[in-house]
Amino acid sequence: MELFRILVVDDEIDFLETIVNRLKKRKLDAVGVESGEAALALLDQQLFDVVILDIKMPGGMDGIEVLREIKRMQPLVEVILLTGHASVETSIEGMKLGAFDYLLKPMKFDELLEKMAAAFRKKAVQDQKIRDAKIKELVRYPARVLDQVKKNDK
Amino acid sequence: MKTPLYSELRRRIILITLVVSIAPLIFLGGMIFYQFAGLCEQRAKEQIQQLARSQANALDVFLRERVNILTTLVDTVSFSEISQPDKLASIFDVINRRSAGLGLVDMGIIDSQGEHLAYIGPYNLKGLNYYQQPWFTEVMAKGEFISDVYMGYRQLPHFIIAVRSQKGRANWILRATIDSDVFNNMVRTVQTGQTGDAYIINRKGVFQTQPRFGGEILTLSKLIPAHFGQRTTATEHTDADGRRKFYAGAWLKNNAWLLVVSQEGCDEKGRLAQIRNRDILIVGLGCVAIILATVLITHMLIQRLEQNDKEMSGLSAQLVQSDKLAALGKMAAGIAHEINNPLAVIGEKAGWMKDLLKEEEFQQSENLAEYIKSVDKIDEHVERARKITHNMLGFARRMEPHLDDVEVNEVLTQTIDFLANHARINNIEIQTNLQEKLPVIASDQSKLQQVFLNVLNNAIDAIGSNGSIQVATIQKNHDIIISVHDDGPGIPKEMQSKIFDPFYTTKATGKGTGLGLSISFSIIEKMGGSISLASDPDQGTTFFIRLPVVTPAKK
Repeated sequence: MELFRILVVDDEIDFLETIVNRLKKRKLDAVGVESGEAALALLDQQLFDVVILDIKMPGGMDGIEVLREIKRMQPLVEVILLTGHASVETSIEGMKLGAFDYLLKPMKFDELLEKMAAAFRKKAVQDQKIRDAKIKELVRYPARVLDQVKKNDK
Repeated sequence: MKTPLYSELRRRIILITLVVSIAPLIFLGGMIFYQFAGLCEQRAKEQIQQLARSQANALDVFLRERVNILTTLVDTVSFSEISQPDKLASIFDVINRRSAGLGLVDMGIIDSQGEHLAYIGPYNLKGLNYYQQPWFTEVMAKGEFISDVYMGYRQLPHFIIAVRSQKGRANWILRATIDSDVFNNMVRTVQTGQTGDAYIINRKGVFQTQPRFGGEILTLSKLIPAHFGQRTTATEHTDADGRRKFYAGAWLKNNAWLLVVSQEGCDEKGRLAQIRNRDILIVGLGCVAIILATVLITHMLIQRLEQNDKEMSGLSAQLVQSDKLAALGKMAAGIAHEINNPLAVIGEKAGWMKDLLKEEEFQQSENLAEYIKSVDKIDEHVERARKITHNMLGFARRMEPHLDDVEVNEVLTQTIDFLANHARINNIEIQTNLQEKLPVIASDQSKLQQVFLNVLNNAIDAIGSNGSIQVATIQKNHDIIISVHDDGPGIPKEMQSKIFDPFYTTKATGKGTGLGLSISFSIIEKMGGSISLASDPDQGTTFFIRLPVVTPAKK
């Protein structure tokens, strides 16, 4: 079973580092980046399961924009929004765009863990479904599946 | 309070209005009166002219009548007959018996030499000779003659008519004296009114009849006959005592007599003065009315202006207050937002420290418990700070109002249920008197609940323990009024106005943010309602929440 990969995106470096360290302490595979652009660059190269995204990052890309891009690039990624902006409006907008959930800063770390767990569960179910669908396809269209396997091997 | 600006304005308005309305009034009043007076005079002139003419005609007829009688006599009776005294006497008798109104005083016959041959009458004229007299010459030439008036028998005015016979070779003259009494009466009837006069003057201006004013018969009048032309003329004259008189003069056709009719202006019985006074009274009353109305209206106008100003400044004050609140809210939001970030870091660092303290190497430390406790405290206070900032951000929040169909009584009851336990523990009774069938309103249910919660909480906190709270709802016209009364110690007057200010709290530090009521105020205000309070130290405090009834839109 693969470890779930977590990407944390926040421009406040002290916060970023602490979150990543605490996640790692709990034996979770976490990576942190300081900007939306950096996050998208990373997502282009690596797969992640959950992204913890600070919505309001002054300068550079807007949090909601980043969210959109993430969803476009890796639609199966679950995004949890962090907002220091107690305006729930932005978060609700994010939810409409497909974010999994949101948390207000300053947050309780345990709450974050809970939401992440829920995201993982959902993802696991999702992954299972995908696997099942692929197996079905394998049974039906062996040729197509062989092509896919070949591609994955590369 | 009168601002100088309005005093000036008031004066100007009054002045201009008065001038514009009173001046024409007075002008018109005066003009109309003078026109009237002018017309009056004109009419008076015309009247006396006509009177003079018609009366002159009548007088002419009178004279002609008498002349005709004499000429008839002269033409019918022979000289020889009439020159006999008894014949003359009997003719005289007959005439006088038949026509007493003729005024025949005497009759005489005069021959062509001027000799007075026969006479019947009171005078002693027989035997006199008139050959030298100018009238004799005239009557012989013209055939008839009427003399001027003179004082005759018994000092009464008389005049003479003499006619010449046409028949036969020898001319003779029949002469008669006429009592001008009848004549006088005729003239007198023309004297109309209180100031009217009528008289006859001869060519020299001597009164031939007795005028009513200004002269005696046979004295010289002040009038100059030459001033009166052939036609009936009317003139005007201001005499010695300053009175204006109108004169109309008509020449008699039979002789050189002028009938003068005079009138003192047209002001009979002082009518004109009456009218003038009435006119002045009306104009005066009009002016008074205008002045009163102008002052009154201007006063009302200025009052309205001042009131408007007051309202406007009140509104501005409200706006300023609203703006202040909004600015404060924005500031609070800004601060809260900024603080959230460091708070987040502190919180996570504390958490990190807790994580690390679980490591093996720290378990041996004798200060471990202290470390853990301290870190826990950090956490606790970060949480506390978080609550504050979130509250502040809630205060500034401007979310779109979310409209539900709200039943006020239900929301109230729910809220009371939330607090029921809390109240019971403190031995506080909550009584309700909710009007049934309150209309369902369109409102934000959760926000409304927040407000009710806040007010009820305050009531409970005010009492502390052992007391009661009365909650009532009632509909008044287009509003629902919710009242929450507690029998706590009340709120002092000085504090009552501050109570809705943000961060104003009487609670000990850490127990209240002071934001509850100002948030509630803001919420209710945005709903178009109002919160107010009434408080008395012995009676307690009542909060009144007024909500406008907004009918939910049909879905």
